[in-house]
Amino acid sequence: MSQNLINIKINQKEIQVDKNLTVMQACEIAGEEIPRFCYHDKLSIAGNCRMCLVEIEKAPKLVSSCTMPLMEGMSIITNSEKVNAGRKGVMEFLLINHPLDCPICDQGGECDLQDQAMYYGFDKSRYKENKRAVENKNMGPLVNTIMTRCIHCTRCVRFATEVAGVPELGMLGRGENAEITTYLEQSITSELSGNVIDLCPVGALTSKPYQFKARPWELKRTDSIDIFDSVGSNIRVDSRAEEILRVTPRTNEFINEEWISDKVRFNYDGYYQQRIDTPYIRKNQKLSNSSWEESLKILKNKLKSLKPLALIGEHVDLETGYSINKFMSNFGKDNVECRTDNQAILENLDSYRFNTPLNEIENSDLIILLGTNPKIETPIINHKIFKAYNNNSRIFNIGKDISFNYQTEYLGDKLSDLNSEKLIKALNRSTNPIIIIGSAFLNKIKNIKTLKSIFTFANKYKVISKDKNNLNFLNPYASRVGQLILGNTTKNLCEPFSKLKKNKFEIVLSFGSEHIASEQFDNCFRVYFGHHGDEGAMKSDIILPTPLYTEKNGIFVNIEGRPQEAKKCHNPIGSAKEEWSIVKKLSEELSFVFEPNTFDQLRSELLNNYPKLSIFQEILINDKTTPIISDIEFEECKTQYPINNFYMSDVISKNSVTMAKCVEEIISTPSLLEKSA
Amino acid sequence: MLNAKDKVFQNLHGFQEPFIEGALQRGSWSNTKEILSKNQNDIIELVKSSQLRGRGGAGFSTGLKWSFMPKDTGKQHYLVVNADESEPGTCKDREIIRNDPHTLVEGCLIASYAIQASKCYIYIRGEYHYEYVQLEKAIEEAYNRGYIGKNACGSGFDFDLYVHRGAGAYICGEETALLESLEGKKGQPRLKPPFPAGVGLYGMPTTINNVESIAVVPTILRRGPDWFKSIGAENNTGTKIFCISGNVNKPCTVEEEMGIPLKELVEKHCHGVEGGWDNLKAIVPGGSSTPMLPKNICESVLMNFDDLKANGSGLGTAGVIVVNQNNDIAEVIERFAHFYKHESCGQCTPCREGTGWMHRMMQRLVRGEISPEQIELLENVTKQVEGHTICALGDAAAWPIQGLIKNFKSELISKYNKKLKAS
Repeated sequence: MSQNLINIKINQKEIQVDKNLTVMQACEIAGEEIPRFCYHDKLSIAGNCRMCLVEIEKAPKLVSSCTMPLMEGMSIITNSEKVNAGRKGVMEFLLINHPLDCPICDQGGECDLQDQAMYYGFDKSRYKENKRAVENKNMGPLVNTIMTRCIHCTRCVRFATEVAGVPELGMLGRGENAEITTYLEQSITSELSGNVIDLCPVGALTSKPYQFKARPWELKRTDSIDIFDSVGSNIRVDSRAEEILRVTPRTNEFINEEWISDKVRFNYDGYYQQRIDTPYIRKNQKLSNSSWEESLKILKNKLKSLKPLALIGEHVDLETGYSINKFMSNFGKDNVECRTDNQAILENLDSYRFNTPLNEIENSDLIILLGTNPKIETPIINHKIFKAYNNNSRIFNIGKDISFNYQTEYLGDKLSDLNSEKLIKALNRSTNPIIIIGSAFLNKIKNIKTLKSIFTFANKYKVISKDKNNLNFLNPYASRVGQLILGNTTKNLCEPFSKLKKNKFEIVLSFGSEHIASEQFDNCFRVYFGHHGDEGAMKSDIILPTPLYTEKNGIFVNIEGRPQEAKKCHNPIGSAKEEWSIVKKLSEELSFVFEPNTFDQLRSELLNNYPKLSIFQEILINDKTTPIISDIEFEECKTQYPINNFYMSDVISKNSVTMAKCVEEIISTPSLLEKSA
Repeated sequence: MLNAKDKVFQNLHGFQEPFIEGALQRGSWSNTKEILSKNQNDIIELVKSSQLRGRGGAGFSTGLKWSFMPKDTGKQHYLVVNADESEPGTCKDREIIRNDPHTLVEGCLIASYAIQASKCYIYIRGEYHYEYVQLEKAIEEAYNRGYIGKNACGSGFDFDLYVHRGAGAYICGEETALLESLEGKKGQPRLKPPFPAGVGLYGMPTTINNVESIAVVPTILRRGPDWFKSIGAENNTGTKIFCISGNVNKPCTVEEEMGIPLKELVEKHCHGVEGGWDNLKAIVPGGSSTPMLPKNICESVLMNFDDLKANGSGLGTAGVIVVNQNNDIAEVIERFAHFYKHESCGQCTPCREGTGWMHRMMQRLVRGEISPEQIELLENVTKQVEGHTICALGDAAAWPIQGLIKNFKSELISKYNKKLKAS
């Protein structure tokens, strides 16, 4: 028998389990469901709801199973009369001051209290006194509070402190007067704050934008992927008819665990604002409505005579990227670019992806943030860093002196600050160091030797060793890694655009990239394929509507190199057509070869050509290593962070009313503390 | 009745000098060095053999508690003395700290030595400002004379003693809530296990003892465990400070033999119940948390842990509250219920919600607005709270009401009937 296993009895059934589990976990393994409110896998154990009471033989009292460690020979009873009576008692206490306003509660239908009351509740109330009422608290534009419904499980408090890393929620008062509050009635300043809505087992914390919109059983659920940062959090999109009403996380222990960022959770109202619903053509300096026939005819004629360049934006899936690549190859080489932000790369996969698996960041004892602000670029990665910080990891920051929700040691704003004595000392002592280099530096690198030097540096200090590679490249865009794998980039390893000028492109096709608005293309004929009318569309000569990621199927490769599928949730708005079908149509008009007739054929052709990508949810294996160079040389480059405003980082979020409110109430409004100071 | 020479706290009533001069005369610090020269395990064994039971309420063997501390872990151990005496009807620690603080300071040193704790905290109730000043003065005296501090009493043992003032929450007298409060957090009881002996103050092994338990230790070691055992009965040994309040002619705090008959305590030390013994209604024997005893039990019950337990109550902190016929017994318990509702920390469900419910029903009970069925319900609610909470406050809130219903149910029903008739 393994040392870690012990024998226990659950309801007289003998079972062997790991000795480090709690009674509740052991019961789960044995298939006994234990009701609970305060207990949550990802949070510390509070043991305060008392719903999970079980009987343990020889113990005088019932014990809360979530807090009780196992002991050899323990005999647990979960279904006795005594246990049931205890739980019923607790349930009654929870309900006496609960308003029982389920008919008007947004949690109705997916409420833990409702569900468990079906098993443990009385049919009538024995409570004849007045119920308690609690004033609602302001938690900002995202979280709606009806605090009378609160059952004081403190999940939200523990989440804010332990996961989000912002200790801005707490319980004030004692006894009956205990209230969950943000202390000063301020918005929670976390990019993960929306997760308290999922955590709340009752309807005390609900989604403000979703308020009174729908009941859970009316909603169609579609599995999808968060494309608003590069992490690829797994999400579930809830829609009714042709409208998305809610976005919630799906559990994926390797990526987002159970959390998603506020941006993807709440910006869905932006999906329907400023949508390009029909083709437009510029006539007499003015954009005017057009038809697909007309616009494609003009485009076809332009493509016959002008030299094209395709730009790939930040929300482009693999199928689209593949068909663009296929199409553009008819015009020659080096005419597709996805690195619209000038990201410097080397040839290998390990030079543009996040090489450490995300769920292993927390094991690191030293993290160097190099020109990156994961807090607003990729909140999920920031949470992992926060976890590492809580495991006593030291965090160094090079770049701008930004404030994080953990303590960092600031070293300077130059790449060469990597050589600072303090860091080298720490690196020599560290057993598992991680470097995360972000767009602020990567986009500014002019000499590719710098990038090679970083690799060499990482090799020197055991960030990269035989069995692991902890040198990570972080960019905030969902499409980037996938498009680079498809080779949708030019030969220039750094500063792709400065060198493009020579090639004299005459027509620019932008697939959702706002970079098309750049002055660089002022003399070009501009064509914008996209879904939102922003700067890029406004400056274009032809605008063609394409569907959003929720309106078509698509594969995205996340920052680690993990292919995942986003599924279609409803039909495209207006006359939008999927990019591949537009490209196919153009190919036919121009007599190019484009075999796939359906999306499925396209996907199978893509996956046949890139068989590695066909294993969803598995991290791609990097088979080549980047060679190291003999001397380390860091150029001086200014930092420019890719995202300065978390809530408005892309065309979709910019059009979201909810995100606008966040900017107003969370970023623009000074906190009470700042005001008084 | 206890002989004057057997009293541990010679200056309980403050007739003598409370500070060092008086303390030295009373024998404190006389052979501390000799005690500290003993093996630590021997001290624990001596305390164990004296059968000293914790004076804070639960009555757990003090020596046994000390023996739970891990040995030679290399970690910082702590002794925490619970002076957050807030139990209604109890004021024994107050008198000790006020009038005989050196017994406590010396006790802290010896107990800390026994459990290998070089640091000791005394968590004193915030309202005890005068006592805090007295205690600080005594500690300063002890430091100045080298009794504590580096090389305490010349024994080679380094010992530091700190006093921390609470902020007025009853729950901070619960040992783990006290630790939270001491660490600067919100005073809410911790989950057990882990027990403080394993993971206590700042995550280190910690023992938490009541003031009285600690303050009697020097005398036990000085006079020997056999002397201590000779007082009282088996397993209920030694002397005990009783605080008698309520409807007695002369409320007092007195040190007596453990196991003195309750009637003797009231008659001899308090000059009887107001209106005579026959005017007695009930007695709460051990602070507000313990169920009350009706007159017939009060006649014969002995004031020790086991006898009171056998009679359906407990010694608790030995804060005896006497209620006579002139008072409405329901009103007394309603006041208790209000206290527990106000002092519930709000962490766990049964206590947070139950104390409020019980208090509201008690309020109606006082007004005679509760029918016999609802009295059943009230009793049921107390059962639903009892034993389902994180700490003992839920039990403490439930027991007085259970005691009331058990002993005076017919009276409560007649109250309801009277009210019914009147309307």
